[in-house]
Amino acid sequence: MSQTLSEAEPEATDVTAPAPTGLGDAWRDYVSRVRGGDVGPLPAILGLAALLVVFSALRPETFTNSFNFANLLIQSAPVIVIAMGLVFVLLIGEIDLSAGFTAGVAGAMLGIVSTRHDYPWWIGILVCLATGAVIGLVIGLLVARVGIPSFVVTLAGFLALQGLLLKIIGEGGTIRIQSETVLAIMAKNLPVWLGWTLYVVLIVAYAAVTFRQLATRRSRGLVTSSPTVWLAKVACMAVLLGVCTYYLSIERSRNAALTSIKGIPIVIPVVLVLLVLFTLLLNRTLFGRHVYAVGGNAEAARRAGINVARIRLLCFILCSTIAAAAGVLLASRVNSVTPSTGGGETLLYAVGAAVIGGTSLFGGKGRPVDAIIGGLVVAVVANGMGLLNKSAAVVYMVTGGVLLLAAGVDALSRRRAAASGRV
Amino acid sequence: MTSMTTEADSRPVTDQSPLLELRSVSKSFGAVQVLQEVDLTVRLGRVTALVGDNGAGKSTLIKGIAGIYPFDSGDYVFEGETVHVHNPKQANALGVEVVYQDLALCDNLDIVQNLYLGREALSSGFLDEITMEERAAETLAGLSVRTVKSVRQKVASLSGGQRQTVAIARAVLWNSKLVILDEPTAALGVAQTEQVLRLVRRLADRGLAVILISHNMNDVLAVADDIAVLYLGRMTAQVQAKDVSLTDVVQLITGGTLIEKEGRVVVTDPHEAGGGLAADQTPHETGDQP
Ligand SMILES: Nc1ncnc2c1ncn2[C@@H]1O[C@H](COP(=O)(O)OP(=O)(O)OP(=O)(O)O)[C@@H](O)[C@H]1O
Ligand SMILES: [Mg+2]
Repeated sequence: MSQTLSEAEPEATDVTAPAPTGLGDAWRDYVSRVRGGDVGPLPAILGLAALLVVFSALRPETFTNSFNFANLLIQSAPVIVIAMGLVFVLLIGEIDLSAGFTAGVAGAMLGIVSTRHDYPWWIGILVCLATGAVIGLVIGLLVARVGIPSFVVTLAGFLALQGLLLKIIGEGGTIRIQSETVLAIMAKNLPVWLGWTLYVVLIVAYAAVTFRQLATRRSRGLVTSSPTVWLAKVACMAVLLGVCTYYLSIERSRNAALTSIKGIPIVIPVVLVLLVLFTLLLNRTLFGRHVYAVGGNAEAARRAGINVARIRLLCFILCSTIAAAAGVLLASRVNSVTPSTGGGETLLYAVGAAVIGGTSLFGGKGRPVDAIIGGLVVAVVANGMGLLNKSAAVVYMVTGGVLLLAAGVDALSRRRAAASGRV
Repeated sequence: MTSMTTEADSRPVTDQSPLLELRSVSKSFGAVQVLQEVDLTVRLGRVTALVGDNGAGKSTLIKGIAGIYPFDSGDYVFEGETVHVHNPKQANALGVEVVYQDLALCDNLDIVQNLYLGREALSSGFLDEITMEERAAETLAGLSVRTVKSVRQKVASLSGGQRQTVAIARAVLWNSKLVILDEPTAALGVAQTEQVLRLVRRLADRGLAVILISHNMNDVLAVADDIAVLYLGRMTAQVQAKDVSLTDVVQLITGGTLIEKEGRVVVTDPHEAGGGLAADQTPHETGDQP
């Protein structure tokens, strides 16, 4: 025999040996992930922080006051929710350009059912969501079963749904939203005490859930991050959300004697519930795992026995249904639905939000929380520029620049990964 | 060209009955006859190398075994019983797993997630990450894989050899009996090739049957127990690795035939008119046989 295999094994550490992992290791971990092409949400978070600092410095009065702060959060909500839906479609390497008008059409259905036909608000919302699901089903079938590129299908959807919305409402028409409940989502706030209660519940729940994970992994002898890392994360969450809650609990009415405006806007817990739901769905369920697999390597997923077409279809249905939920927010925001609801820059801002937050246009990489981070960046740029009296022209150009920057970071990190043989 | 297999004659290969036996299987794509009456015997605990020139039909043969392109005729005997394998699921159910050359891993997922892809463990409806991680670590440790830092590493950050290791581990995680590897070392450097070959050897030593396709004769002779040679869609020889030399194998691949002469196996030189001359008759020691 020409060659013998040596039995000496020169390789390094044992896989089963639990390594101690502290803050330093967490950092090294992150660095190695960046090298592997996964920059995560850190650039967007740093960008968001930088924007907040810059605008606070330039417009200390108008930008930082809690009225503006609450306003900014409320305004960003519809775009954030659409972006959360887009994350599902972007994860499988597809796009949905029709999500904006899906929101519009679904919002119109809400108006028709609850205002014109006087059904209770919840039936209106159900019909609204069902409308989204049907639109998603049609798009999904055309993409996943027929095989038309999603760009084309949803571009057609963008045009057709815009037409449909115009047809439903009529040129120059509006459908008013009268349900107090629907209007409250974007217009009303939680009582201050309830806001703080929710805050405490959220922090305690987060700490408990993550600690339980840590403890279970420990007890079964698996590698865990150290309790220090856990504590740091919980503390960060507590401080960040605490500051937000405090800020939103300040009286922000110009004339407090007349009307008092304070407390967390109702839409914020709504968005947070969606965030938790979708994060669970993507991280902890079979469906979520398979979404990432299809986005990462559809052929590998197929060979592993995953029904790729079904996953694709479900992602489009989810995206459009979530867009319909954003339609409720859009309608609630301005008390009505018009032929331009969900039009304009809504969709482009939503795609931008997801990408700025760290979701890849190439598929396989992205999280629902990206939509929130990116959506806030977009909203802060628009809001801050507005306060600097910059024209819409400047706002558009700056937002475009930020989007290009984010997509550039994504593409470059992929190139680095490819160059180091870690595609 | 006369084809013949010699493994059934005087030298008993092993007492064990074969895990997989193909008896004169044929396959054609339209008018092209790719496999002609091919016989193949694969035993547990042994690495069977499948060699042959480009286009000889190696990939077609394993695709037939894996159920991707079912054979047109011939018998597929698994554990002594004639079975019909018409799709990959049926092959998986028998315990046949294939590691394809294009590895079919998801770069954006970590090692555990890749190992369990499509067969995830669940507990009360949610992914049971802890059980999967434990078993993944056990499997890798069982294969004496010590090169990966953490089973939670993204596959994107692994080297070629480590990726191959993950792909192979994925194949053995499921109580498989036969693991088929299509050119597992084709894209690897020296050290990583060695690492993967050692893993291949270990699979067989743990009692699995392994079919290894390779164009590298040094690799083949280093790990294989049996060598099956395909030439233009025919099985020209299935011999024990210890009975042949590198030159023998190369001549078999390029069209030489196996004859028996004075109680010894001899390979004819395909380039020499008349043939029948022994090319290399030195018996070869086996450095890696258990
Ligand atoms: N799907 C197919 N349709 C028609 N002909 C095919 C098909 N698949 C393989 N062939 C032919 O069958 C022959 C054997 O191909 P095969 O891929 O099995 O060879 P191989 O031994 O794996 O070669 P290599 O070492 O290059 O991988 C080739 O001539 C090839 O052109
Ligand atoms: Mg081949």
